Amino acid sequence: MISKDYPITAAEGLHARPATNLIRLVKNYKSVTTLTKGNKTIKLNSMLNLLSMALKGGDTITIKVEGVDEAEAAAAIDHFFSEELKHQ
Amino acid sequence: MKGIGASPGYAIGRAFVIKKEEALVTGKLLQNQEEVKREIEKFEKAVSSAIKEMETMKSAITIEDSGLSVFDIQIELMQDEQIRIDTIEKISSDRKNANDALIEVIEGAVETFKNINDEYFAARVTDVQDAGDRILKYINRRPAITDRILEDNTILVADDIAPVDIMKLDLSKIKGLAMRAGGKTSHAAIIARAKGIPAVVGCGTELVLVESNDLIIVDGNAGLVMLNPGKEIIQAYKGKQEAFEKNEGFLRGLREVPATTRDGVKISLQANISGPVELEESFFFGSEGSGLFRTELLFLNRDNLPGEEEQFEFYKQTALKAKGRPVIVRTFDIGGDKPLPFLNLPAEDNPFLGYRAIRISLDRTDIFADQLRAILRASAFGPLKIMFPMISKVEEIRQAIIILEEVKAGLRSSGTTFNPAIELGIMIEIPSAAVTADILAKEVDFFSIGTNDLCQYTLAVDRMNERIKHLYDPFNPGVLRLIDNTIQQALKNKIHVGMCGELAGEPMATLLLMGMGLNEFSMGASSIPAIKNIIINNSFEKAREIYLKVMEMEDSLTIGNFLKEQIKS
Repeated sequence: MISKDYPITAAEGLHARPATNLIRLVKNYKSVTTLTKGNKTIKLNSMLNLLSMALKGGDTITIKVEGVDEAEAAAAIDHFFSEELKHQ
Repeated sequence: MKGIGASPGYAIGRAFVIKKEEALVTGKLLQNQEEVKREIEKFEKAVSSAIKEMETMKSAITIEDSGLSVFDIQIELMQDEQIRIDTIEKISSDRKNANDALIEVIEGAVETFKNINDEYFAARVTDVQDAGDRILKYINRRPAITDRILEDNTILVADDIAPVDIMKLDLSKIKGLAMRAGGKTSHAAIIARAKGIPAVVGCGTELVLVESNDLIIVDGNAGLVMLNPGKEIIQAYKGKQEAFEKNEGFLRGLREVPATTRDGVKISLQANISGPVELEESFFFGSEGSGLFRTELLFLNRDNLPGEEEQFEFYKQTALKAKGRPVIVRTFDIGGDKPLPFLNLPAEDNPFLGYRAIRISLDRTDIFADQLRAILRASAFGPLKIMFPMISKVEEIRQAIIILEEVKAGLRSSGTTFNPAIELGIMIEIPSAAVTADILAKEVDFFSIGTNDLCQYTLAVDRMNERIKHLYDPFNPGVLRLIDNTIQQALKNKIHVGMCGELAGEPMATLLLMGMGLNEFSMGASSIPAIKNIIINNSFEKAREIYLKVMEMEDSLTIGNFLKEQIKS
């Protein structure tokens, strides 16, 4: 299992568009991915759950990836949070 | 009721109200495994049908909306894993039918969102509800509005209506359109204008008072909707309607008539557009192409840059819709007054004199090259031309051409098809460019005069400034001399010259500009019939005389009065 913390760097938070991209990205891998903020954890396979986390700029979240392709999945997610989200 | 007049004209008819239908909980419980299985299938099928509908809509609209992923967000919510699991759980364990199960799941989600203490995320509740409604529509197999038979003289009354739905309706029976939501550029409005159906949008909640079969009047000119009007009002509107239709019919009758003067000089009338839909709409008004295709729509109201592929699709769609008619694509004229989050531009004290248009292009050559590559690739699909905005000196053209040639070389080496002889032009909108038109003409294939900026830069008038906007005056002799010089230099150097500013659609200016030698006018499509009417009823010889007289006049009041006299006769 791979676990990593990310600060949400986009000032306006994780809005519907980047959320759509993230969910679609995670769906490309077989691994199970979860997102935790505070004491709430969701599986990253549902837009509804991701939006209901209401992630704002400045929040810190933990991503856990587990499965056969966890290294590739984690790398893609890493790129999403450290590069794409910043430019969105 | 007051709304926004989105398509001119008057309609008197019976309302046909399309209500947003609410699904109700049935309370029925499933009796056996067989029924459970059937309801789960029904749910899954409804989801895929709803997604298919959304995908059709997405491809029908393409990128006209800059918010292209609105559809993707809906699609993602409709196939949401949590909604699916919870709904199936309620069907199989609680023995609810698909309708009831989904309603409960959506209601639960709605509650969660309502409790979020953040305005943006709490507002997603409408997205979730929408997704649920779209699936429910298929679960209950409600008839699409398009299946219903419309009476003659119908006025369509709705919240808002999806373009795919409008396209399927029998438009010959719809005399008017009244919408609760929407603005002038909503798709319903664009289609209404294209088809000449009077429309009022943005009427607000008062519109719920209207019921099917109510007599209503839609006044698309004033933006009014009248419910059950009295006899006198109906009479008055019948008069207005008749007069309007007579005039409109006359002008529309000009659609196929070429814009040729009495003494045989052919003028090309074209439309300013922001995308493929507007281009198509402009043909209803008799446009012969586009003298200005603004590409800013692709760049505004979003938080990332449009990639080459997305731009290519957009330009290609436009090139295809042009059906052989020329389209001048202007490279992005952004910056300054319009904030672009992805460029991180600091606020400027003088945005109109600042970092914008070609100045950004030549600085951020990566963005510029992407756009040029997309336009060039699209040029394989129709006669596109390229135009650079905000040129102030010859070096800028030369620099831009170097980048263009590099992009062409790259496309050649990768074997990508494009039009190698694509025409290249510039906007003349900065006084220095108008004065040095003789120098610039040697570098390009055409000029297009942008009168709005040219006027504001020449007169040093910000026309958004209420206190001085009366000083903004395209008939000022200084502005006219710059326009004249641009046209004369273009003619002398045998390059094309057109105009895409507001002056091109101003009836008072038509004969004067023709007299100067201008023969390509590009304007808002709806202005084309009126301008054409002036052209076909006058001669080039007369235009020439008017021009010579006007250039002798000393002030714009005299010029204005004289020009008004000329089109009266």
